[in-house]
Amino acid sequence: MGSSSWEVVIGLEIHAQLATDSKIFSGASTVYGAEPNTQACLVDLGYPGVLPVLNEEVVRMATKFGLAVNATIAQRSVFERKNYFYPDLPKGYQISQFELPIVEHGELFITDADGNEKRIGITRAHLEEDAGKSIHEGLDKSTGIDLNRTGTPLLEIVSEPDLRSAGEAVAYMRKIHTIVRYLGISDGNMQEGSFRCDANISVRPPGQEELGTRSELKNLNSFRFVEKAINYEIERQTELIEDGGKVVQETRLYDSDKDETRSMRSKEEANDYRYFPDPDLLPVEIDAAYIEKVRETLPELPDAKQHRFVAEYNLKPDDARILTSSLAVADYFEAVAAATEAKAQVTANWVIGDLSGALNRDGLDIVASKIAANDLAGLLDRIADNTISGKIAKEVFDAMWAGEGSADEIIDAHGLKQITDSSAIESVVDQVIAANPDQVTDYKAGKDKLIGFFVGQVMKETGGKANPGQVNQILKDKLK
Amino acid sequence: MAQDLHTKSLTQLAAGLERGDFSSVELTEALLGRIEAHKQTLNTFVTVTAEKALEAAGRADAARAAGDAGVLNGLPLVHKDIFCTRDVLTTCGSRMLENFVSPYDATVVERLASAGAVVLGKTNMDEFAMGSSNETSYFGPVRNPWNLDCSPGGSSGGSAATVAARLSPAATGTDTGGSIRQPAALTGTVGLKPTYGRVSRYGMIAFASSLDQAGVITRSSEDAALLLGVMAGFDERDSTCINHPVPDYVGALSGSLRGLRVGIVRQHFDEGLDESCAAAVRESLAVLESQGAILSEVDLPNLDLSVPTYYVVAPAECSSNLSRFDGVRFGHRAENPEDLNDLYCRSRGEGFGAEVKRRIMTGTYVLSAGYYDAYYLKAQQVRHLIADDFRKAFADVDVIAGPTAPTPAFKLGDKIDDPITMYLNDIYTIGANLAGLPAISTPCGFVDDLPVGLHLVGPHWGEETILRCAHNYEQLSSWHQACPEEFT
Repeated sequence: MGSSSWEVVIGLEIHAQLATDSKIFSGASTVYGAEPNTQACLVDLGYPGVLPVLNEEVVRMATKFGLAVNATIAQRSVFERKNYFYPDLPKGYQISQFELPIVEHGELFITDADGNEKRIGITRAHLEEDAGKSIHEGLDKSTGIDLNRTGTPLLEIVSEPDLRSAGEAVAYMRKIHTIVRYLGISDGNMQEGSFRCDANISVRPPGQEELGTRSELKNLNSFRFVEKAINYEIERQTELIEDGGKVVQETRLYDSDKDETRSMRSKEEANDYRYFPDPDLLPVEIDAAYIEKVRETLPELPDAKQHRFVAEYNLKPDDARILTSSLAVADYFEAVAAATEAKAQVTANWVIGDLSGALNRDGLDIVASKIAANDLAGLLDRIADNTISGKIAKEVFDAMWAGEGSADEIIDAHGLKQITDSSAIESVVDQVIAANPDQVTDYKAGKDKLIGFFVGQVMKETGGKANPGQVNQILKDKLK
Repeated sequence: MAQDLHTKSLTQLAAGLERGDFSSVELTEALLGRIEAHKQTLNTFVTVTAEKALEAAGRADAARAAGDAGVLNGLPLVHKDIFCTRDVLTTCGSRMLENFVSPYDATVVERLASAGAVVLGKTNMDEFAMGSSNETSYFGPVRNPWNLDCSPGGSSGGSAATVAARLSPAATGTDTGGSIRQPAALTGTVGLKPTYGRVSRYGMIAFASSLDQAGVITRSSEDAALLLGVMAGFDERDSTCINHPVPDYVGALSGSLRGLRVGIVRQHFDEGLDESCAAAVRESLAVLESQGAILSEVDLPNLDLSVPTYYVVAPAECSSNLSRFDGVRFGHRAENPEDLNDLYCRSRGEGFGAEVKRRIMTGTYVLSAGYYDAYYLKAQQVRHLIADDFRKAFADVDVIAGPTAPTPAFKLGDKIDDPITMYLNDIYTIGANLAGLPAISTPCGFVDDLPVGLHLVGPHWGEETILRCAHNYEQLSSWHQACPEEFT
């Protein structure tokens, strides 16, 4: 049996770092990249006698997330201690939520490989503190500890095992990424570790209800790695089974350099975390009024925005999805659309096409775009009013990107204004017909495709400035 | 005149300072002298902060001269070595923290200092407050001023013995299962454990977070009331500290006992209680009755489960609370560790004593997968039943009275090898911790020349009632004024 004969079952645990100013249980700053151990206070260091105090902001953020994924917000959730020893875990336990998480029973929708909408269940989302990190680089035979990250608030979002391929897993992860950024509760920065995931993967024969033995892939911090690691793992498991072997329950690490996963620890070696309610913290109690207050602060969410873009701007659904996958892109699109006479679909094409291309090439985020929304609208207006052709517009766009000025300034300076004067076009057409008698004969004999040749010649003569529609019409008239 | 300053209560000293009979520096010097003379014999101190104390006393005198005296201005006291004190050794009675100098002050320390108190030193205690005899301290056992061969009780034994020997008029303590009240009873002092959440736990090194509560050991309930008024109150740094108004505890002492409903727990007088102790407690109850208190019997049906419940809950919490002592950031670190595991094992193996290890092992076990439901979860359920018993009892009575400990002070070495017998010493006190209730022990007699304590438990936030009851009793008795012969 090939791997296609196996059903793949994947569940993701996504860790989203919450964008609070201070830590989840202390007043220390959460800013990334400070000198090691300069952003850890006595509470973060787990000093004798210190106590955690919950940062209310994380409750608001988790509630916001829960509402955005149509989940139940627990009226009472409880922080527990997850006990294990590790040098970057100062207290010897991590404060997390276990039996009673703040968010449960959520859902979101992704588009599967066949283009259909698919529901993915969200089992739960719970609040917890991050650990510090160990540093090995530049230290001879010893390990350094940086506790700046200790106590950074995390929202761990656990999916149901509803994902059936690496592609679906990535689509789900992207959707969560989009949602947390729409909500403004996480910057989603994957390089800095603000958004990362663990993947539980198993395979089973189609039709079998019981799940296969799973392995857990730890700490995947890019969409690409998620896809590659899962695909590697699917292949490893199916080959193993087909060769008569058995998958063992274990935690595995993905090595992106070698593109392979390797065992980290088996189930037997797994810690007994001895969870129990943290007696230093009271249960988190949330009432309906609080939930409603948070609900009022919810922005328009990606799905709703996508549907509105289709309905309001008459965009292709796929384009609407691409534009709404980032709030900044969606906002940019709407700003251009509001300022231009161009059709919304044309605007969408430019934002998704040339603009995204230029941004990617220069590694820029859309908020740092070298062409502001208003300026792009100015360019699209010149296409709409036939001042320039779409082709010339690309030239103008490049000049705008290079900082040469507004569309109008560039069109003037480069003399790119389209020729729409019929008599001027007619005279060029006459010259072209006169200069190419053989082609005229062939065309008249039925070789219709030659019209393209004539258009090309006219455009060449006019430096691309002739209005293509008019050129076509005049040519067809004169060659009758 | 300076010679008898040590015989005075905190309240008397406050009046003397106010009148200008003596200065805080004079008072501090007198007590430091006594401490110097007796500390070897009693082993009550881990650290004496003479220099800082004299400085603080000087500041207090200056403040008074400037008309800026706080409630406790210039009054001396000592802290149990479980409270973090900035720039001062804070050992918790353990080798693990033998060299630990705290970078910050506990809230209790901060509040008492702001009120003008002068700290004479840090007192010896059972290691991490785990023990009922002060014998688990890394710094050696404290001796009972009433009989140097006897234990002062524990874990706040150093604080209790210090007050009993008139080395300080007052001491802070902490009480997780009886650690203030039992040593108070065994040393003839007054020990008050407030309602859970009354006093901030911030800066108090945690043993069992859901049970730990800071309190005081003094020579009278009046003094306890004075100190509690300063220590109590909301602290945003402790999520379990409750924002409940702080009444005038000293003002609440006056008033008679007429009509006060005092409940007697039948089970308290069952087997296990020393006959002579029982007689002393009964006599004190008769005194309360003579003042108009109405005695009645109450039932705490699950009381016999309190010790086993406690010895599941407390070790469970301590096993986790003490994980931070790993040799990485502070505290004892093993030399030349081979690897991380070796660092952990030897740092903890060397840093912790036998009783602490026993409780960490027990706690780890009861929280383990497969045992959690049978032990920890069950214990939490029983804890609710016990709290419920008290709640029901307090529907009919205002105070529950009984013995503080089953026997007077026992000989050092007598029980240390038998943990179960040792644990049973807290049988009457543990219930108040499990239910989070305020309780006080006040001296009520002597058995074989050793003090015996009367235990009064109140409902939540019932500090005023138990203090008034104890204070009234103290007005009609002189047990709390008795002083061990060698320390007059």
